[in-house]
Amino acid sequence: MTGTHHAGTSPATDYEVVIGLEVHAQVVTESKMFCGCSSRYSGAPPNTLVCPVCLGMPGSLPVMNRTAVEATIITALALNCEIPEFSKFDRKNYNYPDLMKGYQISQFDLPFSQAGWLEFDDPANPGQMRRAGITRVHLEEDTATLKHVRDSSGETYSLMDVNRAGVPLMEIVGDPDLRTADEAGSYLRAVRQILRYLGVSTANMDEGAFRCDANVSLRPWGQAEYGAKVEVKNMNSFRSVVRAIEFEMVRQRDILDAGGRIVQETRGWVDDRAITVTQRSKEAAHDYRYFPEPDLPPIITPAAEVERLRSLLPELPDAKRHRFANAYGMTSDVADTLTQTRALAEYFEQTVNLSDNARAAANWITRDVLRILGTTGAEIDQILLTPAHLADLIKLLDTGTISVRTAPEVLEEAVNTGSMPREIVQQRGLGQVSDTDALTTAVADAIASNPKAVADYRAGKATAMGFLVGAVMKATRGKGNPGLVNELLKQQLDG
Amino acid sequence: MGAPGQPAGHTRHMHVTREHLVGISGDLTALTAPEARDLLVRRQISATELAHAVLGQIERTESQVRSFITVTADEALAQARAADVALGGSDPGATPPLTGIPVALKDLFCTTGVQTTAGSRILEGFIPPYDATVVARLRAAGAVFVGKANMDEFAMGSSTENSGYHPTHNPWDVSRVPGGSSGGSAAAVSAGQAILSLGTDTGGSIRQPASLCSVTGLKPTYGRVSRYGVVAFASSLDQVGPFSIGVEGSAMVLQAIAGADPMDATTAPFAVPDYRSTIRDGVKGLRIGVPAEYFTAGMEPDVERLVREAIQTLTSLGATVHPVSLPYSEHGLATYYIIAPAEASSNLSRYNGIKYGLAALDEVDMTRAMDATRQRGFGNEPKRRIMLGTYALSSGYYDAYYRKAQQVRTLIKADFDNAFASVDVIASPVSPTVAFKMGARTDDPLAMYLSDVCTIPVNVAGLPGISVPCGFDHQGLPVGLQLIGKAFDEATLFRAAFAYEEATSFHRQRPPLAEQADSEASVNQAAMGAGNAAGGPQRAPHA
Ligand SMILES: [Zn+2]
Repeated sequence: MTGTHHAGTSPATDYEVVIGLEVHAQVVTESKMFCGCSSRYSGAPPNTLVCPVCLGMPGSLPVMNRTAVEATIITALALNCEIPEFSKFDRKNYNYPDLMKGYQISQFDLPFSQAGWLEFDDPANPGQMRRAGITRVHLEEDTATLKHVRDSSGETYSLMDVNRAGVPLMEIVGDPDLRTADEAGSYLRAVRQILRYLGVSTANMDEGAFRCDANVSLRPWGQAEYGAKVEVKNMNSFRSVVRAIEFEMVRQRDILDAGGRIVQETRGWVDDRAITVTQRSKEAAHDYRYFPEPDLPPIITPAAEVERLRSLLPELPDAKRHRFANAYGMTSDVADTLTQTRALAEYFEQTVNLSDNARAAANWITRDVLRILGTTGAEIDQILLTPAHLADLIKLLDTGTISVRTAPEVLEEAVNTGSMPREIVQQRGLGQVSDTDALTTAVADAIASNPKAVADYRAGKATAMGFLVGAVMKATRGKGNPGLVNELLKQQLDG
Repeated sequence: MGAPGQPAGHTRHMHVTREHLVGISGDLTALTAPEARDLLVRRQISATELAHAVLGQIERTESQVRSFITVTADEALAQARAADVALGGSDPGATPPLTGIPVALKDLFCTTGVQTTAGSRILEGFIPPYDATVVARLRAAGAVFVGKANMDEFAMGSSTENSGYHPTHNPWDVSRVPGGSSGGSAAAVSAGQAILSLGTDTGGSIRQPASLCSVTGLKPTYGRVSRYGVVAFASSLDQVGPFSIGVEGSAMVLQAIAGADPMDATTAPFAVPDYRSTIRDGVKGLRIGVPAEYFTAGMEPDVERLVREAIQTLTSLGATVHPVSLPYSEHGLATYYIIAPAEASSNLSRYNGIKYGLAALDEVDMTRAMDATRQRGFGNEPKRRIMLGTYALSSGYYDAYYRKAQQVRTLIKADFDNAFASVDVIASPVSPTVAFKMGARTDDPLAMYLSDVCTIPVNVAGLPGISVPCGFDHQGLPVGLQLIGKAFDEATLFRAAFAYEEATSFHRQRPPLAEQADSEASVNQAAMGAGNAAGGPQRAPHA
């Protein structure tokens, strides 16, 4: 019995932790879910992207945004869900000032999709994958935003901005298959990566485009039924999700160890105090009184339409990672890095196509390009260095036109100016000297002016050769083809 | 002068001239819509004259009838002047079909810049920044809007006594109700305060007041007319429809407002037929179904007698009568009083004082202010239905009530499908009783609900239904005949109803208070009657 454990002394591993995540992701569409207003509310002055429909004015009616529906079904397909032929919208009734109609149009018993799964990196076993079930992916509408204000006189009031009301919101409900806070983090990264690959959501958590609630419960190992579930809300970063779950695990374990009972409730994460606090007990839980939305006809998605949408699916991160590792002979770490985003993977593959040198492309990108992105904060498609630039640089190296030493300078210039590496080399005279006659003279000069090094070389001192190469390179201001210099030195010294 | 562009079929019955009307009595408020159209197009009258006549009638009779929450006289005259400009052009027959015709709008339709209350104090002061689609379409058809008609609060009621403002009185007997919830719209047309009006029908709210006020009222098929901008009561049942003197006016209005609307996803994509092109085709061979279940025990004998006589009249015109059975209709009322309040409980939750209308600003706490607004703003009937609906949708009760009601709804529909396999229209009473005394049912919601027992199944099945005047009981109070059609077959309803009214003259009878006080009123009636197939002057029986 769990009650026999002593508080504080038993490790959390005495209980199995059961975690299920609910992710809300705003869908990228031109217009809102049920009206023609722009859904690009970020940065817009308050209450400027509104109409009778999203304001919930009397007599207004919703009209479905087909793009949002397709984005939801595509996401569900990427998460290996089944797509039922018949689905519908329902009204979720509750009263809050930010809910313009007094109900949210959502989906209850017949959502657009069900019964899928997602694979994510197993944080406990690097290189291994774990699988979690996806209960459903459905579509609903976002609410307005409230800002609670206390002015200088101490008066408090609330301001409402309706711009966000009616923005399409996808809800991805995960099965309770996660067992650690780190798994939750890994699962979330996988979900976010897929949403971004599909281009259906920016999935930016700090903009509120990606939100996560966690259902956390504990049960003794081997027990089949779940323990009382606590829903944790208000996490505003991946890190806070992980921390909130960790906190909740310990909190629940301590209660159980002390012989207490877990109360089924909704708790809020308080980031600056790193704790969860009670928001709403089960008794006070809403009865949402779901019923079919009479203003919207049911949605029929024939099998042919599902297949059409499936054909629009891009290669997903997991498949791409495997293909990169196999096709380009790279380690899984490198493949992982290059497939972080669809744009980076495309950048890599374009560079490979243009340069015919996957290894060099991978090296340059994982080392230099990512460093540039890191320092500038730019996105891959925003920098002046395109795959064509990088491929040009790789070819200059592969043909011996420039040396490894000058390449960083050429890269830097290309990044800053957008000039092609070939032109930079030409303008700056950075081309490596591969002219045998010119180099023969430089080599002869070096031998003549360094008798000690020559003697050392003849005495079998390996470092002497390096010294003589250095002397030739210095004389050619680094432009000598190192291979050719080596060869000519050997010829003259040994000949 | 001729009427260029007027199809011959539309003017065949027109014998009324300015000399008859303006020269003799001046009572333009007795015109039907097609008559008004004919006179306007032939420039026998002006839209401004017509607007003045109607506004004068409002001024003269409104203290007795109280059809309106808002009268928009200035707007009406401005629209009428614009109509006269259009009619003064080279081809008046090419103007939109309702140009210059005065229309009253139930106060449930959003009207740009004009207060829209839904009959509720909670929306007092709400001025919509948009037109309902039907209002926009009537505007485009040239209509002149005379005002916003009174109604039961949020269309919940059968007597217009549930208005948050004041009750409306039946023009035939001002001690009685006009029916509801579109009582103001029906009374306005009956009293000559408008030539046409628009109402909504969720369980009988057009047909029942039409019957009680002796005007024509049509509830179209669900999905035939857009609900956009119509303050919602029960979304799966609400439908917009016209009131008129004579069937043709209703056909003209439906022609203008029907058809798919991109703003209402529940409108049907079907094309709208030209209703007036078949309205004179008669009823020869028309198969009329008569359901025994609709002649119920509580029905007044005069009502049953007059409805059966009306069916007899139709057979004398060539229709055939067949018994049909609609056994599940007896569950219509119960089904309706689950579904309608359930949807209403959700539809009415947006009225919380945050955005528009009444707001309990004395409450400092946001949630308390929302609650107080609703406590003060809603009348008893909306509160009663919000509670009923909330209960029916609650977890643990949903299956027993809402789901069950939807299942019965399917059975009621199936009954009609079966019946319509062998008949073209179904005939029945509209209301089991004539207009009842004001206050008689206000303390007995169930008795009030029973007013709609014959009309509710039609909404539950989503079908079209029309009420046409079919006589007067022993007290001189009007009775209506209901004709129910197949889905989207309003054309057949118009045809049958028109054949019936051509063979009778009940629709031409006006309530005494609608008559101008001067002695020439009867002369006017004679002139009107002269153009009628039945012939002879018509007076209200108890006048
Ligand atoms: Zn909008």
